[in-house]
Amino acid sequence: MKAFSYSFTFYCLLGLILLATTDGLAQVESSDSLLSPLLPPSEVIAEDHPGDAGAAIIVRWKLSPDEDRGVTGYEIVRSTSPTGEFSSIGFAAAGSNRYVDANTEDSLTYYYKVLAIDVDKNVSESELSPPARSSPQWFNFHLLNLLIIGGLICGAVIYFIAHAKKGKKLFLRKIAGLEAVDEAIGRATEMGRPILFIPGILDMDDVQTIAAITILGRVAKTIAQYDTKLNVPTSRSIVMSTAMETVKEAYISAGRADAYSDDFVHYVTDEQFGYVAAVNGIMVRERPATCFYIGAFFAESLIMAETGNAIGAIQIAGTAMPAQLPFFVAACDYTLIGEELFAASAYLSGEPKQLGSLKGQDVGKIIAMSAIVIGALLETFFAISGSSFFGSLAELVHKLFSIVAS
Amino acid sequence: MRRQIPVVITFIVGSVLIISVFIPHKPFGQLGENFSVYFDIIAVFAFILGAGNLLRVHGNRIYKKHKDWPYSVVTVAGFTVMMIAGLFKIGGSPGITGDLTEPGSMFEDLYMYVFTPLMATMFALLAFYVASASHRAFRAKNKEATVLLLAAFVILLGRTPFGVELTSWLPDPLSFLEIPNLASWIMSVPNMAGQRAIMVGIALGVIAMALRVILGVERTYLGADSE
Repeated sequence: MKAFSYSFTFYCLLGLILLATTDGLAQVESSDSLLSPLLPPSEVIAEDHPGDAGAAIIVRWKLSPDEDRGVTGYEIVRSTSPTGEFSSIGFAAAGSNRYVDANTEDSLTYYYKVLAIDVDKNVSESELSPPARSSPQWFNFHLLNLLIIGGLICGAVIYFIAHAKKGKKLFLRKIAGLEAVDEAIGRATEMGRPILFIPGILDMDDVQTIAAITILGRVAKTIAQYDTKLNVPTSRSIVMSTAMETVKEAYISAGRADAYSDDFVHYVTDEQFGYVAAVNGIMVRERPATCFYIGAFFAESLIMAETGNAIGAIQIAGTAMPAQLPFFVAACDYTLIGEELFAASAYLSGEPKQLGSLKGQDVGKIIAMSAIVIGALLETFFAISGSSFFGSLAELVHKLFSIVAS
Repeated sequence: MRRQIPVVITFIVGSVLIISVFIPHKPFGQLGENFSVYFDIIAVFAFILGAGNLLRVHGNRIYKKHKDWPYSVVTVAGFTVMMIAGLFKIGGSPGITGDLTEPGSMFEDLYMYVFTPLMATMFALLAFYVASASHRAFRAKNKEATVLLLAAFVILLGRTPFGVELTSWLPDPLSFLEIPNLASWIMSVPNMAGQRAIMVGIALGVIAMALRVILGVERTYLGADSE
């Protein structure tokens, strides 16, 4: 009896000490929670993944209530029968409440379960999801806003092209870099030196390269009239073939087919820095009077433009790579910034139809500027007033101009 | 006819690819990916044209003892050696399935110990070109250039340990004036705003350019004037 009394007192004291300390409290709480089983995720829903070509089901669930108690993630299992064998198809990290099963057959029905797993590898299984079947869709409704805005801009471009066809006069601001093209070609002619044209380092599947080739066509026609030597080193075989054909046709349309040479356009290498080394070598040896850098460029932009600057060439650059623009601005005499690159061919042609398309872009700019101003104002009003009205409107504008992932 | 057929093909392919963005159903959904694969296949065969052009241009220069012809000898020799090393898999596993890039093969050695250092050397030159371009660009010639110079100075300083130490003594209410914070603000507010404006312009430019090409208004890339 005495021994029992001593033991009882000892355990009471120990209990008091543990309860009196924070660590002790935490320890008691922790051991309590560890004793309770891991709670599973709930409300598992599986449905066809929207706006796709089929073969995908999206699984959503409500996180396990024990998410903060060491859940490391969720394993997703599936079966084609509610009573059949479930096999693992993927794993979602803790905090995730969705998983896209992108490996389904449209003709089959699938059932899903989600298993919560904690640090001690305890597993807790959810209820079975309702049956789900994937199917392809004929329209991706997530891109409806893109279709509307894109349609408006395309409609405006087509309208202004048609408008210009009727002979209406259009105002276009002067683009200094393009105004200087004739002067740059004339200078090379006077100096008796060649003109170097670099059409970027990407292939013909890049829109900047297409823009570069269209500009090359215009420039080559003027060069043919001035009877100056042209040098177009390319880093892609298809670009070489296209550029060769474009230059040849430009010479023919200028009435100078006799002055054309197949050596004007030549292939160098696909390798970025191998190409730069070759172009720099050409610059240093042939000392072109004028250099055009039009198209897509990466780290090689400054190496080429600085070499051109060192040999005293007039340099006209144009790219839609924002990271390379500062380099060209620093090293070249004229730089076509972003949209000017795509406008250049139309600008140089001077044809009303082509210029009309540039006018159509202005509608897009009005839409973009309006959205920016309205969005900024709504967000500001929401931040100042806290009114949910402004918050909802700001959210609406944001959604209208965002491509939301499903 | 020679010019009309490519324009018709461009119109059909361009229109179908635009439609395929919005229609995920077969056969539209996979078209973008498929056309990309077709392009890659064409590009592989076009490489033969490129190699042929390279040999023709430099062969002519050597044959005619053109000015600077020794450079052409180096080019042709480099091309030939790499091609032989790759085609015959010298020093590597022979056969069509042999790995071209296995350690010890001549192709791999040439690539690793000759080509890669040469590329790295060219890339390293960029550091010197950045210095010379910065020296020219950051001259306070007018108001705009002075603003540019100041912004560049703050950003450069903000990315160095010295810049951090220089203003670390500022009290918390004035922490926004610390040079790293100012540098971060310049990059994420005025710089980002400018970049986004350029991106909006680029997107609109691409749309207008694509429409001109698809509608056949722009035909220069086909070697022809506009319609």
